[in-house]
Amino acid sequence: MTGSPHPSAPSETLKAKVEQATGVKLNHCYQCGKCTAGCPVAQDMDLTSCQILRLVQFGDPAWDRQALQSEGIWLCLACETCSTRCPQEVAVPKVMDFLRAEAVRRDLAHPRSRDILAFHRAFMDSVRATGRLYEIGLVADYKVRSRHFLKDVMLAPRMLVRGKLPLLPHLIKGRDAMKRIFQRTLGVKP
Amino acid sequence: MRIGYYPGCSLLGSSREFDESTRAVAEAIGLELVTVPDWNCCGASSAHVLDHQLSLALPARILALAEAAGLTELLAPCAACYNRLCSARTELEADPAAREAISRIIELPYQGRVKVVNILEVLDRCQDRLKAKATAPLGRKVACYYGCLLVRPPRVVAFDRPEDPMSMDRLMVLAGAEPLAWNHKTECCGAAFSVTRTDLVARMSGRIVAGAAKAGAEAIVVACPMCHSNLDMRRPECNALLQADHQLPVLFITQALGLAMGLDPVRLGLQRHMVPALLQPAAAGAKA
Repeated sequence: MTGSPHPSAPSETLKAKVEQATGVKLNHCYQCGKCTAGCPVAQDMDLTSCQILRLVQFGDPAWDRQALQSEGIWLCLACETCSTRCPQEVAVPKVMDFLRAEAVRRDLAHPRSRDILAFHRAFMDSVRATGRLYEIGLVADYKVRSRHFLKDVMLAPRMLVRGKLPLLPHLIKGRDAMKRIFQRTLGVKP
Repeated sequence: MRIGYYPGCSLLGSSREFDESTRAVAEAIGLELVTVPDWNCCGASSAHVLDHQLSLALPARILALAEAAGLTELLAPCAACYNRLCSARTELEADPAAREAISRIIELPYQGRVKVVNILEVLDRCQDRLKAKATAPLGRKVACYYGCLLVRPPRVVAFDRPEDPMSMDRLMVLAGAEPLAWNHKTECCGAAFSVTRTDLVARMSGRIVAGAAKAGAEAIVVACPMCHSNLDMRRPECNALLQADHQLPVLFITQALGLAMGLDPVRLGLQRHMVPALLQPAAAGAKA
């Protein structure tokens, strides 16, 4: 991983990396647009799924950069409507997953991805620490990371009285093994 | 009958009524649930955003633990867990080298022998026993809402029809309810954006609630904790955006079946919903 925005050899293009990591053949997409037609968040995207695939197909560093900097890759919810309807069976959400990770690696992630990324990181930190999701911990951690301190403050007491918000985390026995799993994948030190 | 059980994190917290009602219905039909020892989070909608290997390793540890416990089939009532477990299993099945790599990462042998099933599949199989126990027909019009994760992608989950699934509708007929034909059965509710992009969730879930109401539904029936919390807990945001006051309750499939079997509504966790779910069986005196 060089992090260079100007890969020289074809094997270093974003296209090659996507294909290597996901097994998706990007040239299978012939731009019919069905993925975008069915996408429930297409209207909110600066670049839609179909456009993002097109940009990456060429292996042009400037266009790769456009795809990686888009907000669109962060709005994909992996609802899989696109991949289900794609006549070429292109697994679009898998491509989006890779592009998001790559955007973070190259420090190109869209500014509005900050909250979304903060949420996923808070979620995984909770799992790394206890083995399971600790919802209060997740929300507290997310608030600190995103600085949205007042959001949903009225929701917690309503959840508490309904017994939906356990106060203590569930600690699994294999917590050390979990930490090593995170170290071997995300590279987080135990 | 015995089956492996993976409750998942939501069922211990924000969707504990799904766990309670699943256990209550399972007990009533003589289905023994064997919980996977020391299970971990499956990674849900977050792990795959951060790292692909992590999104394989977390479900693989669960499946390896189930395998070690001698289980051959694993019920994951949460649709997100079900989907993540199926995705990891499918990917690892096709790739022996990946299986070896993942075994090293999780420090457990992973062979991929455990089959993952969702709640609708299991209930579908128990139709005879459910029928025998369903003595309090619901007599209500319901919108069966499947969402994304139970039916997509079809190459991974291979369950029901991806565009117009019917398994939940059949179960609701069995419960004496009238499942409606409606347009939003498999539309996305906004899922993991509940906290980060509540604006999008209000729009997406709002459409679903409005669609169900328009079809004449008296309740929405779901089988996914994320769908449930977006349609139930986020209802004020949905209604604000729609400038409407939709009050139709959202029930888990196991709660709806439990009611039809005459089980105690409190045992089924119906008091835990944000939108009041006073859906009594018609036979026991209906409340509007």
